Amino acid sequence: MMDFGFSLSKSSTMDLGKVDDLRFEQLCRLEPGAGICIGCGSCSASCPAGRLSGMSVRKVLLALQRGRSAGEMLQCCMLCGKCTMVCPRGINTRNLILSICKIYD
Amino acid sequence: MNGNIVIIGGGIAGMEAAKALLALGHTPILVEASKELGGHVASWHKLFPDMSSAKDIIDRLRADVRGANAFLGTKVISFNRLADGYSLKLSNGIVVNASAVLVSTGFRLFDATRKEEYGYGVYDHVITNSDLEAWFSGKEDPRVPENVGTVGFVHCVGSRDLKACNGQCSKVCCATAIKQAIEIKERFPYAKVYCFYMDLRLFGKKYEDFYVNAQRDYGIQFIRGRVSEVGETIDGGLQVKAEDTLSGKPLKVRLDLLVLMSGIVRNDSIRELSEMAGLETDSDGFLRSVDNEYSVVESNRPGIFFAGSCTGPKTVPETIAEARSAALSIHTYLSGE
Amino acid sequence: MIYEGKQRIWSEYQKDIPDDNWYYVRSCIRQNFFPASERMFTEITRNVLGKDIYETPHHTTCGGIAYHCDTIPQETVMTIVARQFALMTEAGYENYCPSCITSFGNYAEILETWREFPELEARIREDLWKACRREFNKPKYLAHSSDLIYHWRNEIAARAKHKLVNAVTGEPLKIVEHIGCHYAKMFPSKGVGGAEYPYVLAGMVESWGGQVIDYPERRHCCGYGFRQYHVKANRGYSLSNTHKKFESMEPYHPDAIITNCPGCPYFLDRWQYVIAEQTGRTYGGNGFGIPVLTYEELAGLVLGYDPWDLGLQLHQVAVEPLLDKMGVEYDPAAKYLGLNREDIMRPELPTSIKCF
Repeated sequence: MMDFGFSLSKSSTMDLGKVDDLRFEQLCRLEPGAGICIGCGSCSASCPAGRLSGMSVRKVLLALQRGRSAGEMLQCCMLCGKCTMVCPRGINTRNLILSICKIYD
Repeated sequence: MNGNIVIIGGGIAGMEAAKALLALGHTPILVEASKELGGHVASWHKLFPDMSSAKDIIDRLRADVRGANAFLGTKVISFNRLADGYSLKLSNGIVVNASAVLVSTGFRLFDATRKEEYGYGVYDHVITNSDLEAWFSGKEDPRVPENVGTVGFVHCVGSRDLKACNGQCSKVCCATAIKQAIEIKERFPYAKVYCFYMDLRLFGKKYEDFYVNAQRDYGIQFIRGRVSEVGETIDGGLQVKAEDTLSGKPLKVRLDLLVLMSGIVRNDSIRELSEMAGLETDSDGFLRSVDNEYSVVESNRPGIFFAGSCTGPKTVPETIAEARSAALSIHTYLSGE
Repeated sequence: MIYEGKQRIWSEYQKDIPDDNWYYVRSCIRQNFFPASERMFTEITRNVLGKDIYETPHHTTCGGIAYHCDTIPQETVMTIVARQFALMTEAGYENYCPSCITSFGNYAEILETWREFPELEARIREDLWKACRREFNKPKYLAHSSDLIYHWRNEIAARAKHKLVNAVTGEPLKIVEHIGCHYAKMFPSKGVGGAEYPYVLAGMVESWGGQVIDYPERRHCCGYGFRQYHVKANRGYSLSNTHKKFESMEPYHPDAIITNCPGCPYFLDRWQYVIAEQTGRTYGGNGFGIPVLTYEELAGLVLGYDPWDLGLQLHQVAVEPLLDKMGVEYDPAAKYLGLNREDIMRPELPTSIKCF
């Protein structure tokens, strides 16, 4: 391959057709609240780990919905339960986090 | 004065007002431009949030207003002020002198062909909310594939869009999109359904429950981002692009069917009518009420009242409530004379 | 695809194009990239169609490249453009025809800006007078040179020696039309057919017997993007955009691409070579690329001009597959000969994309 000093950039476009739905559907069965997040950010705003580590339940859930990896974020969760207390949609975030860890290893 | 009441527009607003006026002992005259009473709701399949049948409501209203005089396929062509009322000339040649007039001319759905980038009328599988309602009601539409695997709903088509000269929110489309998305899922349980929205405005009673149901029980995905362009794929499907603004990334998806939520825009007849009758229009182009808090059904002219979407986008229950309110205002106005 | 739907949109975006007496201005770069294109435009319009097309050697750049690279302010561009209009006025013309799409967009933008802000126009008139003692009238009509070829497309079709038809099978050739971004994306009403479904090139293809291909990334930029290409650190974006278009059009097996912009044919042509060298991927079948032509070159082929007189040997992607399909006769041995068949040597050929 010839080196021109520049090359094709990787597209940042997300193709929804390539999302792994099976795992997310499995998650919704374990925690039906996974589908009803409205992205308000209450969980992240009240998260004590988030301030130090960048951990965000909102971001993790959105990434999984779009078929992207959530990275290592959840490993910083201390299961303190603050996010469960503040979620306006009543999502059982503790069960959500544990379920994500189960399904997405 | 003779106590005649003319109702211009025979949709749900005009019919409900006629029904209420009949109950109050009046015999209103309904003037409807199309061939039958019912307006937009008559062509709708089900209504949110309880999924009631639109046809049942229209059938009931049509029966209820049988006692009124109805001129169908008729328009008002001139409007003159008399000492104690108005003289209206109709397109069928009849002249009616009225003590009170109710304007209930409704709205028009935004012409989706004007958003050229969405390809309505150009691509094979792009339809509007109203096309989908007709299909739900049993009308055949070759644009709806036999097996729908992926469907997109585009909110705010021609609403809150200054480029389309239509700045206001149409109010009903968010809930309509959720309703139609659920109906699609009921017919095609394995379909993936995406709603592309700018803001979700689910303000009414039980609309929020409706939204949660759509997410939790039907797995409908909501993507915050406006569709930027639509193209046709080689197999006749659609390629839709948007930004997922929550992820901050561009997004594309291949769809079998795209539904455009055409918004509510002012009826073209408003301009003529406001000129003929000396009515004012508001900054949004709809008819101007005396105020938008306390006196929504009253116009700037004595004896002329408003009901429904001629003053701006309204839901069905709002329209019905306004129609009853306007009927009572007319009754009070006529009793006071 | 609902053809009538496109026709309805086309009917809403028609523009007045006078039939004669045009003041023609060339592009800064086209004569280097596609040397016979502008020559072909004057040849066809003057000698084939008998039109009055006026040119002056005093014409300069319109400033469009610098403007879109963010290196000069708009007032400077406006003063340069005011001088071009002065030259037109002095020559006694009022129909202005740029050959460059970016120029066309630049002129359209400036005329619209002056319409909205007359005080700015007054200031530019003053600046022009101070700078070079010239005065100008604004053009009555502004049309891109592809608008003119579109306007005369049927007259060209009537004189056609070859159609955009497979000479063996009689099937229409499948042509991708690519419109320069500055043609109508800024002002949809200034382009024939509007911005979403432009008709200017599609109309030529239809008139000359071809079939237009509509593919998902049709509206996408060719990848040039000015700063994307000019700054080497960004050049990968330029290439990636072109790559995206080719991946999208390839399944339709287009026989050729027709363009109306100086940059687009260059990048759609040259980047096919770079993509082939970097990824091994070619898009035209049998290891060839998809030939990319300017509308003047395509008109020249249709009218029966010799492909080597049209400068098609300067393309990176070999045009021979298209010539063979159209039944155009050519002398392969003459491809790289210079003027008067002088031997000026042969270029080095690439390894990953076939070029004969």
